[in-house]
Amino acid sequence: MPAGPSRVEPRILREGMRVLWVAVTAEPLVFTVSVLASALYAAMTVASAWVLGWATENVVLPAFQEGRTTAGALATGALAIVAVAVLKALGVAGRRFYAGLMQYRMQARYRRAVTRQYLRLPLAWHHRHPTGQLLSNANADVEAAWAPIAPLPMAVGVVFMLLVAAVAIVLVDVTLALIGFCVFPAIALLNVVYQRRLSPLAARAQQLRAEVSEVAHESFEGGLVVKTLGREQAETERFTERARALQEANVAVGRIRGLFDPMLEALPTLGVLAVLLVGSVRLEAGALNAGDLVNVAYLFTLLAWPIRALGWVLAEVPRSVVGWNRVRAVLDAEGALPFGELPLPGDGPAGLEVRRVRFAYADGAADGEDEGRAHVLRDVSFAVRPGRTIAVVGPTGSGKSTLTTLLVRLVDPADGTVLLDGVDVRQARRGAVAATAALVPQQTFLFDDTVRGNVTLGADVPDEQVWEALRLAQADGFVAALPHGLDTRVGERGATLSGGQRQRLALARALVRRPRLLVLDDATSSVDPQVEARILEGLRAAQSAGSGSTVVVIAYRKATIALADEVVYLEHGRVADRGTHAELLERSAGYRDLVNAYERAEAERDAVEGEEVTA
Amino acid sequence: MTASALDESAALESALRTLRRGLRLSPEFATGLPVTLLLALVATAGRVVVPIAVQQTIDRGLRAPGGPDLAFVRAAVLVSAAVVALTAVSGYLMNVRLYRTTESGLATLRIKAFRHVHDLSMLTQSGERRGSLVSRVTGDVDQISQFMQWGGLMIIVSVGQLVVASVLMAIYSWPLALLVWASFLPLALALRTFQRLLSRAYTAVRERVGDMLAAISESVVGAPVIRAYAVEERTARRIDESVEAYRRAQTRAQGLVALTFPSSELVAALATAAVVVAGTLLGAGGHLTAGELVAFMFLVTLFVGPMQVATEVLTEAQNAIAGWRRVLGVLDTAPDVADPGERGHRLPRGPIEVRFENVSFAYPGGPTVLHGVTVDIAPRSRVAVVGETGSGKTTFAKLLTRLMDPAQGRILVDGVPLDRIRFSSLRERIVMVPQDGFLFDASVGDNIRYGRPGATDEDILLALADLGLADWVAGLPQGLDTPVGQRGESLSAGERQLVALARAYLADPDLLVLDEATSAVDPATEMRLQRALDGVTRGRTSISIAHRLSTAEAADEILVFDRGRLVQRGPHSELVAVPGVYADLHASWTAQRTV
Repeated sequence: MPAGPSRVEPRILREGMRVLWVAVTAEPLVFTVSVLASALYAAMTVASAWVLGWATENVVLPAFQEGRTTAGALATGALAIVAVAVLKALGVAGRRFYAGLMQYRMQARYRRAVTRQYLRLPLAWHHRHPTGQLLSNANADVEAAWAPIAPLPMAVGVVFMLLVAAVAIVLVDVTLALIGFCVFPAIALLNVVYQRRLSPLAARAQQLRAEVSEVAHESFEGGLVVKTLGREQAETERFTERARALQEANVAVGRIRGLFDPMLEALPTLGVLAVLLVGSVRLEAGALNAGDLVNVAYLFTLLAWPIRALGWVLAEVPRSVVGWNRVRAVLDAEGALPFGELPLPGDGPAGLEVRRVRFAYADGAADGEDEGRAHVLRDVSFAVRPGRTIAVVGPTGSGKSTLTTLLVRLVDPADGTVLLDGVDVRQARRGAVAATAALVPQQTFLFDDTVRGNVTLGADVPDEQVWEALRLAQADGFVAALPHGLDTRVGERGATLSGGQRQRLALARALVRRPRLLVLDDATSSVDPQVEARILEGLRAAQSAGSGSTVVVIAYRKATIALADEVVYLEHGRVADRGTHAELLERSAGYRDLVNAYERAEAERDAVEGEEVTA
Repeated sequence: MTASALDESAALESALRTLRRGLRLSPEFATGLPVTLLLALVATAGRVVVPIAVQQTIDRGLRAPGGPDLAFVRAAVLVSAAVVALTAVSGYLMNVRLYRTTESGLATLRIKAFRHVHDLSMLTQSGERRGSLVSRVTGDVDQISQFMQWGGLMIIVSVGQLVVASVLMAIYSWPLALLVWASFLPLALALRTFQRLLSRAYTAVRERVGDMLAAISESVVGAPVIRAYAVEERTARRIDESVEAYRRAQTRAQGLVALTFPSSELVAALATAAVVVAGTLLGAGGHLTAGELVAFMFLVTLFVGPMQVATEVLTEAQNAIAGWRRVLGVLDTAPDVADPGERGHRLPRGPIEVRFENVSFAYPGGPTVLHGVTVDIAPRSRVAVVGETGSGKTTFAKLLTRLMDPAQGRILVDGVPLDRIRFSSLRERIVMVPQDGFLFDASVGDNIRYGRPGATDEDILLALADLGLADWVAGLPQGLDTPVGQRGESLSAGERQLVALARAYLADPDLLVLDEATSAVDPATEMRLQRALDGVTRGRTSISIAHRLSTAEAADEILVFDRGRLVQRGPHSELVAVPGVYADLHASWTAQRTV
């Protein structure tokens, strides 16, 4: 988990300010404009009260006293009120818009950064992080991190109001100022308590938000299994449990926030009242005149507003820090595959060599001592000369699929090397391996895109070449029959196509690149025998015409194995035997059992039926 | 970006109707509302009274005509302090009550929507993007919280304040009151337009969130392919487009907010200026005293306050409505394959007999993929379904398990029409193992237990032994406790199929439907499994769809499909002897094995 709920920083406020500083330095211009707009708004709010007072004193009251008024005086009063309001409206519009602009820009910026990490981090990292949680990191956590941006310009914009008022108070009466300023330590104390109490609760709420998203994503992804086993109710209960936990966490957050907001609002007023009370005593003692006390009281009411604006920012800080830490956990995650500098030149089929390769999944059994279990692959070595085809055969779970991911460098082996044309794939420059080798995985993945987009993956390939690849993959027939041909959208994960159709598109995706090494991981398992036979014929023809690739094929069927010049037989992650199909049939009992399973079953059945007949 | 079919119904209705229906979905919102409302009134009144009290203390106490009245000041300070405390306490109590009811109501909404997503038919589900569905039970619901925790109540309080201020204004001076109302009339009309624009803008925002989550989800789930083909940059571009579209929608909505909010500010100033001018003229004519005008101007600020709150609430309401709209979009979509529920049949346990009567099927807007299939499947028989890709085999299986309903004809199970059987009974007795064995991010054992929740580890090991998979599980790093990773990706596709099969077997159905359930498993294991299945399904009905005809050879009966029609049926020995679709399929299957 990137950020556990227990990770609470001791200096939340300082960290919160650092987060906000990141935003301010990233968008200095937008921030400045929004602060200026806020200041204008604040100044005009004060001005509007003043203008109304001025109009009352100078226009309204004289008119009442004299029983008449002039159009000029009335117009001046009305215009002044409206003019101030126009400026105030400009200020509020500017503050709202630019604060929003800044907030959304920061969100977008960090959503890009976070998703870039998802694309960069190795598959092993992805195995540990549920998709729903990653969605929450990119959405809810980024949102939480930048939530204080909305009230920030206001808080900064009114700081000068706070300063002006505070200085003015000190100038009038130091004693009253000291009494009144007790409000500040009180607010600081309130804030410290608030941040301390809220942070762990906010962290928990944010974690649960991710978990709710996690359960939902997994459950919807497994929708068909949920349906076929009639487990809708159980899934709903699983979701309910998380959703109710989130509810509880949010209520716990609400309890603290619900206390903070009214207290923060009450404190400045209490300060004014304290000033009035102490002021009345000093007035009695003759240390102060009434006019000064009135002034100080008025200045204190002015202070209340900036304090409230600061409170809005402070209230959002704990959640912001939590969101930021969760986002940072993704951004700081290490472990992307490093690339080398070497190119993989050449345009014929590539040579492949696998040297003493070992591999273990990180989250399998703990220590490698446990013979043959923790390691999916052990000491695997073989070589394929350019243009040759090798079949990798082995029982389910023997490490074949893992081997294919090593060949195209989706992962690196724990020990040993994979070489393409004599170059260690770890030394190859970024993109070189993908440009040389193509893997058709056992489990097909299609994008929510058109047929063309799924085959070319954005590469600039002429349509004839796309059709040629589709033909070779025996997909041209059904693609031509689709309503918009190559431009037909296939839906998320290729939802509108059958399993066999999806698999053939995935095959075409590999073939269209004319890879120098083609790795097929049981890539025709969902295709019918006839179609598969035609695909194999096409591959064989390309192979013998010399335009083909070096091919590594994971296969069970003899027809596929027959394509191969050599067979590598894997058992429990080790190369149990190597040789031609005929050689292995003769000397390897395991291999014989595996590839002859159908015939043996048939023979047994015939024998049983024979017995039944004779009996 | 692709529009979702789920959003059609709710997009058409008015915002007010959506709001009403949304509120009705979570009865919790109304819990203890009178008390909360009372607290809100006290808190709001307190907020109005406190500045007045402070003002009065200064005016009457310090600026008293005969010099400062200090006794009054002290008394007033104490009273004001009490009011401040009362305001804070009622504010706190109101907040806590609101958080409690709101969060409870929102959780209910999430759960309802989640459940409904699972109740939607397979076809509806597969037309939706996962990331977008997730946003409907997470972020879209969250949008409602702010409105419910503040705005919803504020609008009630504000209306109260408006009425009180209006009545008082009319008492002081009805011509001036009319003037104030008249100045706010255009705003009230303009707000209707703003409301419509805002509603559209926020709905767009919520849709863009769904698009973005769908794009990110795709990039995460498709990580292996993206890396193998080095299309990180292209994927990044696609994500960036969705992120940028979301940002643009947000900024657009914010632009509208920035226009809406100050408009009330301006109108308030116009009203005040009008009152000053008209009041002065009235005063000069002797129809109004100075004190009355000053008091009236204070009432205007009381009237303007709630109007400004109203514009703010309007914005939040549109945001919440956009969230409700997305949730209602799910809830309004009637499951087209519906559970008959309580009124449905409950089938007794025992071998299952199936009858298809002239069944046809076409995907919505697509060509017919199954034509008039009529077939009887006897209890306890083992049936294989074969045919080329696109021949209708999988459609047949999906109709049989009621993942879809036929367009024409009917399907009977033990003489009962399939759509009259309760889902709880149907899913218990008929279980399908789909081709892609999706696993949950849990242990191997927990995934198998998914078939029968109460099963112990012993039950599971026994089931695995029945299927001849005991050795396989023993060979896993941590046996039953081995974690399978996201979507089961730490296991190979073949191993995932083994788990899926064990899961279905543990569920102990009377009819087992296998759709290419062992396509990724090695032949030796497959044959072992088949022998084991033959043993354990004896006495039950089983239907397997397979490309590998080894399954067909062993079946009691084979159903041969060709281009959506059932063209042949009979045992292997019979079908293989006559020229036809099956003989052709078998020939190429044999050719593959004997190269």
